[in-house]
Amino acid sequence: MTEVFAQPPGLTAYLLLAAMLFSIGLYGVLSRKNTLAILVSIELMANAVNINLVAFSRFSGDLTGQAFALFSIALTVAEVVIGIAIIVLMYRSHKSIDADATTALRG
Amino acid sequence: MMAWIAFSLIALVILNSALCVVRSTDLVHTVFWLALTLLGTAALFVHLDAEFLAAVQVLLYTGGVITLMLFGIMLTRRIEGVRVLHESGNHRRALASAVAVFGAIVTAIYRDKQTAHAVATDLPGTEELGQLFLQEMVLPFELLSLLLLAAMVGAIALARKVDP
Repeated sequence: MTEVFAQPPGLTAYLLLAAMLFSIGLYGVLSRKNTLAILVSIELMANAVNINLVAFSRFSGDLTGQAFALFSIALTVAEVVIGIAIIVLMYRSHKSIDADATTALRG
Repeated sequence: MMAWIAFSLIALVILNSALCVVRSTDLVHTVFWLALTLLGTAALFVHLDAEFLAAVQVLLYTGGVITLMLFGIMLTRRIEGVRVLHESGNHRRALASAVAVFGAIVTAIYRDKQTAHAVATDLPGTEELGQLFLQEMVLPFELLSLLLLAAMVGAIALARKVDP
């Protein structure tokens, strides 16, 4: 056990942290009813993926992982912009942002 | 040893605030806990020698996304009365699914032999990252700016009031 802590944290430690963060986000997505809270939980999951990409980049000595993380961050921002626009629209037509308030695709 | 202490502290902040994100009953609190999670991730990026990404994370996520989310809350919440977040009924099933996915990922991590023997290598700095973006990855980079423009136009077109 002491051997593990004698050297700096390995790739496994970062991957485990990201896996925990991803699972917490998944729990949030599945257990929330409010669409904004679901969007926040999706952010958590995307964040876990970014941690993985950066950790792989660090442990392979290749910058491509960091470049992918940057693309992923920008994509997530675009996703949030569209998501909040849709939520505002949903509030305007249904007066509620609960996920089960909208049951029809049309109308 | 020092690296482990730094890693553990950052991991504690990230996981703790992430749990608060999914358990908090106030939407505004949820968003602020998310801000703390994202700041913790930025610290982890510095820990992993990705300083530029840490700056981008603080600017785009903690600056942009959190502000957007707060605007979203203000626009969709009735001002009178505190609104408690509703949970969907399938609490246990959500927990079971999350634990199952976590188990699957951990199994995958430990089954791969290369993961345990990966060694941290020194990375070239931000200058090299810039070279990578403007030479090898210039097409995806430009496409990304087009996507952001499209998202902005799309959001305005979706959310504006329709003229009669």
